[in-house]
Amino acid sequence: MLERTRQRQLVLRQGIKGWFDVRGRRLGGWAFVLHRVTGLGLVLYLGIHLWVLRLLTQGEARWDAFIVLAKSPAFLALDALLLLGLLVHGLNGVRVTLVGMGVATRYHKTLFWVLMVLGGVLWLVGTWAFFTV
Amino acid sequence: MSETTVHFRVFRYKQGDERPHYDTFAVPVEERTTVLEALQAIRRDQDPSLTLRHSCHHASCGTCGMRVNGREVLACVTRVLDLGTPVITVEPMRNAPVVSDLVVDMGDFYATFAQAQLPLVRRSEFLPDAQVAEGVPFHMRFESCIECGLCLSACPVAASDPAYVGPATLAAVWRVVEEPRGVDAEAVLAWVDSEDGCWRCHVAMECSEVCPSNVNPGHAIMELRRTLIRRQVGVLQGGV
Repeated sequence: MLERTRQRQLVLRQGIKGWFDVRGRRLGGWAFVLHRVTGLGLVLYLGIHLWVLRLLTQGEARWDAFIVLAKSPAFLALDALLLLGLLVHGLNGVRVTLVGMGVATRYHKTLFWVLMVLGGVLWLVGTWAFFTV
Repeated sequence: MSETTVHFRVFRYKQGDERPHYDTFAVPVEERTTVLEALQAIRRDQDPSLTLRHSCHHASCGTCGMRVNGREVLACVTRVLDLGTPVITVEPMRNAPVVSDLVVDMGDFYATFAQAQLPLVRRSEFLPDAQVAEGVPFHMRFESCIECGLCLSACPVAASDPAYVGPATLAAVWRVVEEPRGVDAEAVLAWVDSEDGCWRCHVAMECSEVCPSNVNPGHAIMELRRTLIRRQVGVLQGGV
């Protein structure tokens, strides 16, 4: 009787690393990776945000000092990066939700580009507002 | 016809090896030489221990699926010079046990696929007005899926979830739902209405990109979901 010894078999399974491997991938695969990268970035931001908010408990002076830092050009550039991540993740999330429910499945690539162009416009407007308003 | 020499960096692994490695072979190729022909030339002229699967040489049997330069292809219809790289990396498919070199064990894939109970023959949608021969009820053809497994190899979700039913099987289930032909479509639909079934897909659509047979598994998975959502909405609205 032929027995398989599964535990000794080599399986080229990448695990979670496979979520980030763009080699040989097409648009849908790139969007998949982008969604995860921006998602992790936003989770990281949320952690930093909550950590920064603790300054509120440390007195008015510390908070005011942080606000001065937050209005510096370098910090505003990070805000622009955050907005980019939010737009990419959110708008691609709309696409994933629609396609994932069977809506416009055959047009998922067009939908991606339309939403990313919309995101690009919103990002430019938002970034302009960060630095001027 | 002029010949060009191309280097093939080929994945090597035999049962009992500590880890896989790559061997490089220089192979003279012509304009129409396919990756499969080049690999056969390596096996014939340079290293008879190189193991690979193949059969039909025309994209019908689905046995020569592998990754070439990181992308899932059928080696028999992939021309070497079309790849446009001086070194071509050839590796076995992902997400299945490697038996030897470029050969993976398709047993689990076939076993899962069989659970879809997809009848292999379908009514042909081509040439609807063509005359049918006497004694033949209607024009028939085989189902499109050639069970090559490229979709499962390319799927990033299958990379992290061995329990995922996978794109090929889900596409087969959709065909059963679409055209049951005596199969209990409700039972297979209930089977894939699960977290390891059609709901596990995260819409990377790589399955549809690499499918050599126009099955479009990604679309089929979304059709399954749409069917299930419609039913659920129907239930919420007081339907059956």
